[in-house]
Order: sequence, then structure tokens, then C-alpha cells
Amino acid sequence: MRVAILVTCVNDAMFPDAGKATVRLLRRLGIDVDFPAAQTCCAQPMVNTGYLDEAVPVVRTFVDAFAGYDAVVTPSGSCAASARHQHALVAERAGDAALADAVAETAPRVRELSEFLVDDLGVTDVGAYYPHRVTYHPSCHTLRLLGVGDRPTRLLQAVRGITLVDLPGARECCGFGGTFAVKNSDVSVAMGSDKARHVRETDAEVLVAGDNSCLMHIGGLLSRQRSGVRVAHLAEVLAATEADR
Amino acid sequence: MTHTFVGMPPFPAAAREALANTQLRHNLAHATAVIRAKRAAVVGEVEDWEGLRRAGAAAKERALLDLETNLLRLEEELTSRGATVHWARDAEEANAIVVGLAQRHGVDEVVKVKSMVTQEIGLNDALVDAGILPWETDLAELIVQLGDDLPSHILVPAIHRNRAEIREIFLRQMAQAGRPAPALLTDEPAALAEAARLHLREKFMRASFAVSGANFAVAQTGTLVVVESEGNGRMCLTLPEVLVSVVGIEKVVADWSDLDPLLRLLPRSSTGERMNPYTSMWSGVTPGDGPQEVHVVLLDNGRTRALADEVGRQALRCIRCSACLNTCPVYERTGGHAYGSVYPGPIGAILNPLMRGPGDPQTDSLPYASSLCGACFEVCPVRIDIPEVLVHLRSRVVDGHRGDRLPTPEAVAMRAASWAFADASRLGLVERASGLSGTVLGRLSRSVLPGGRASAGRLAGPATAWTGARDLPAPPRESFRQWWARTDGGRDE
Repeated sequence: MRVAILVTCVNDAMFPDAGKATVRLLRRLGIDVDFPAAQTCCAQPMVNTGYLDEAVPVVRTFVDAFAGYDAVVTPSGSCAASARHQHALVAERAGDAALADAVAETAPRVRELSEFLVDDLGVTDVGAYYPHRVTYHPSCHTLRLLGVGDRPTRLLQAVRGITLVDLPGARECCGFGGTFAVKNSDVSVAMGSDKARHVRETDAEVLVAGDNSCLMHIGGLLSRQRSGVRVAHLAEVLAATEADR
Repeated sequence: MTHTFVGMPPFPAAAREALANTQLRHNLAHATAVIRAKRAAVVGEVEDWEGLRRAGAAAKERALLDLETNLLRLEEELTSRGATVHWARDAEEANAIVVGLAQRHGVDEVVKVKSMVTQEIGLNDALVDAGILPWETDLAELIVQLGDDLPSHILVPAIHRNRAEIREIFLRQMAQAGRPAPALLTDEPAALAEAARLHLREKFMRASFAVSGANFAVAQTGTLVVVESEGNGRMCLTLPEVLVSVVGIEKVVADWSDLDPLLRLLPRSSTGERMNPYTSMWSGVTPGDGPQEVHVVLLDNGRTRALADEVGRQALRCIRCSACLNTCPVYERTGGHAYGSVYPGPIGAILNPLMRGPGDPQTDSLPYASSLCGACFEVCPVRIDIPEVLVHLRSRVVDGHRGDRLPTPEAVAMRAASWAFADASRLGLVERASGLSGTVLGRLSRSVLPGGRASAGRLAGPATAWTGARDLPAPPRESFRQWWARTDGGRDE
């Protein structure tokens, strides 16, 4: 099986540790993951802000970079959803049948990390060790667009040493929303401060999610509040072992 | 009735003001949480809710795809049963028809059943301008009217008010509109309802002219349907001599079997009840029973414009249940007024732009009033994919400005991003610059995020939209891409 990592632009430029953790985890599970260096971004920032023409060259780059792989694994539910649900729309906008065909080929192969682990590899215990009190935020696009259900929590429950506590109001959006976070920053922050309050109610040390963009927002608020809660990507928790300590 | 949504600022500015209204925030958080829990409980007990949703969506879809046939059939059936059908292209025509009918009958007041469409067209103002007093008889609409306020919710127009505020409005305003509130009025819900009941009863007993909307119109038999909780609708629909119903053309369904799933979906989605207390149905005039003169005004007012939009037309399936408002995290915090329309919340964020068309800054701000979390689609009883339509309408806003001589900073940023993301070598250059800036920012800010990473500090310019309230990590010295190249994908680490 030829497996590529779609690291995503946010992880590439801002949170490389999530990408490194994904690579380490997949290797530990026997997957020889490749990083096609031609990859850039899934084009979601353009599509969701209404810039469809600007998304076209980005989607072209995407399908070229990932052509020929059996699976494209990504530590981002939102980017997986963008590829699976929006790339066809962009190809349609371009009026390019070849691009549409390429999208039809690539899009279904894009797998969010927890989907790939649980469904494709059939594992829930990935051999991780993480002795911390953790709460998990199910980001909206993993929850509602991909429908990953309890896969991430099943993976977390199998981690040794972890104390996993339920997050109150878990299904409610954190308020990040891409460019919404700056175009409607007041509403975004109002939503995020309620999410941060719920996180603090859990007394968790670490907030975990499958999307670093949401974590950048909630974590930014938790940090500003000097709350003493840090954020970590699901991949970083699953990649951690006793040997790392 | 001096208040109007006309001239409202775009959503971000209106929302900023609403967010600072602590009482509004508190009232809405409580009310939406209660109604969300009620809905979840009664939806959860339906064995195949998803099947029912699909049946409801299909019924409305069928009606819309054959709208002309259904409307003509509706007109024919209504006419044959003694009703008079009027067609109105816009608000002005509809208001002129209703005002003209009231004037022909020489009435100086009308009683009204709660109706969003008459709020949409501003009928009350048109009636007042003609010297005719419109009396709202739904409890929440009465609160809005007496408070010289605007509706902020489709189902519960006074959701932004709590019972203490309602008591004050009744004590101050009821006397000017008819029977005063009892002097010793408390804020107990039963006492408030009783005051409204006594106040309204006088109006029902003397009313000769009523105005309603309709939840559904069944083409097969020319039957209008009003679904309600309080019984005020039943009073207005049966006691007066003349009944005028203003009905959006999207309310039509082909037949009674198509009405069936919709009547089951609506109360559970809307009030969180298994069944609503009152369902009134009438087909034209019944001699000797109820209004003896029945008019139906079929209103377009932008609905055919929405219908022409292939992605957006699904919004016309809306049955005005408000489930999307009650579940929306944005609506819960801003309330309805920030949307600048009688149709607020997620459905308003798509319906208003679809009906009005793009170009106006307030309207153009609405598709962006969402984090695209998808909770609205999840609860919509007729499966309107609101996030899909929001993204589509955003592209329509952007396309509307493609010819502008001076592009917005956002448009420039998106073009720059598109250029950088089109080629990984360009992105690599951007990341190297970002890594250098990260080192500088991290040293300058001298602040540390939980976990130990350096913070970018408080940034200037447009970045304050982020760092004004949220910390941001300084960009890492080395991107993932650089790490992969340096370490052969971690093998040489």
C-alpha cells in the first residue's frame, strides 16, 4: 500500500510536530509513509471564503501531488473534508473535465488519521503511553462532515497512562471557522471563551483535537487566560511512547 | 412601530453590539438550551427520523420543481371554494392589496395571527400609514409590538426578552393598546399569560377583519394550514367576517400525502412537542361557518429569484421551524436582531441573500455570519444543507466584486495565497521567511505559551483581529517540509 501524508499548510508552517508525530506513529505501525514534496494546501481557506477561482490552481497542485497513492493520510479532519467534499466543486468551477476526473480519483483516498487507523489498519491500541489528564474536543468537520464518531476517543481510551475526561458541550463549535475567526472575531472569541470555560471545568492538563486550526484558536484563548492548559494534536498523543520520556 | 431593520450595519458590527448586551446573552443562552433539549428528546423518540426528514424534503422539493402547476391548481381550488386569490410580486403590491381590502370594508383595526411573511413585507407599518391599527395576537408578537421592538426569532419573536422585561412592557404599554395589565401583575408566566389573554380577548370579540399567514397551502383542495400553540390563531381564523391570508408561494404542497410528513416534522423540530395544540385548516368559504369573505395573497417578493439559484433553491424548502436558530452557536450569542431581518440565524443567512440578491453590504455580510460548523444542517427537518449554500453565496459575494478597481485587502491576500499554494517551491520560500520572523517574534515577545512554545506576542495591523483576544505561537524555526528534507523524513534524526 502506497501511503502519503497530507501534512496540511497549517501543520507544515505552524505545527510541524503534528506532522512528525503522524509519520512516527504510522512507521511504528509498519506503514512506510511518504511526503510528496509538491503538496501545499487543500484550498479550503479560499473555498470557504468564496474565492473559487483562487482555489483552482491549489486543487490542481493537490491532485498532482497525490496522484498514484492508495491512501492520503492527514492529521486534519477539516482538510480531509475539504478534499472529499469541496474539490469536486472547484473542478466544476474550473470547467475542466480532466481536473474533475483527477479529483474523483484522489478525493475518496484522503483519510483523516483516526479513520485510517481504525478503519483501514483496524487498530485502536497503537501502543501509546501518555500519562496526563486529557479532554478531547471533537472538531465540527470530523464530527459532522466526516462522521468519524467515536474513533478518536476509542484510540485515546487505549492509550496507557492517560486519564480521559469528558468535555461538557463537546459537540458545540469552538468558533474558529477559518476566516470567520478574523472576519467575525468578536463572535468567534465569544464562542471560544465558552469552549475554553468547558475545558477548564474538566481540570484537564491537555486539550486534544484532530485539527490544529481549532486548537490554535482554543489554545490561544487558554493561553491568554494563563489557564495552565496546553493543547496537543491527537497524533502527538498517539505517537508518544514511554521511550520518549 | 417606529423600529425597522432598514439601515442595519453589516453583521460583524451589529453582532459586536449584541455580544455586549449581557441580558440578551443570558436570556438567549437559557432559552435556546431549553428548547434544544426539548427538541432532542422528542426527535430521539421517532424511530426513523432520518426517513421522515427525507420524506419532508422530497415533498417540498416536488412542490418547488413544479411550482407553477401547483400554484395554478391552488388558485383554481381556492376560487372554486369561494376564496379570492391575489398575486403580489413584492412587498409593496401585497401591502396595497391588504390595505385596500381593509379600506373597502371600512375597518380601523385588524387582528393578526402570528405571521413571518407579514413582518417580512412590513404590513403593520403599511396599515398604520393608512390609519388602520394592526393588533398582534400571538403572545410573543404582542410583546414585540407593545415593546416597540423587532422580532428576533422565527418561532419565538420575543426570545430575547425575559419575564421581568415582559412584565414591565405589559405594565407600561398595555393600557395604550386596550385593556390595561392588572396593577399587581407579577412576572409569573401564568400571570403574564392571563394578562395577555384578557387584553386580547377584547380584540377577538370585536374584530371583523383578520390577517394571517399560512404554514402550508395544499393545492389539491385549496386548503390553507396554520399551526400554532396558543389558540389566538383559531380565534382570528374563525371569528371575524373577513380573513386575508398572505402566503409565500413556497408554502404550497401538491397534496395531503405530501403535507403528512411536514406536519409531523414541524412541531418536534420547532417547539419540541410531539404535536402542536392547534392545527387550523380551511378551504375557501364555508357558508354559515367562519369568515364569509376569504382572500389569499400569493407573494413572490424574491422567492422566484431564490428558486432560480440551483444551489440555493433548497432554502425554499424551509418550514420556519427555527431548529437551526436554536442550535446555532452564532445565533445563541448574537440573537436575531444582528441579522437585520425577520429571518435571522442560519436560515436567514441564506434566505435573505437569496431573496434580495447580492450587492448590499449588509446582505453580503450574512453568508459570512457562520463558522460552518454544520449543526444547522444536522437538525434541519427538510435537510437544507445550509453550510453548502453559505459557501456558495460567499462565492457569489466575491464574484460580485471581481471587477472592482481597488481590490479589498482580503482579495489581495487570497490571490497571494493562491499564488503561493499553486507551487510548493513558492510555499517553501514563504515558510523560510515565516521561520525567520518566528525567531524574531519569539525573542521580542518574551512570552511563553502553556507547554513551553514561544508566543508571537501582540501583533499590529489586521493581525490584531487574532491577537487582540488570543495568543498565537511564533512560527517554528523549521517547517515540516524543511525537517523532512533535512532528516530524510526523520530517518536521519
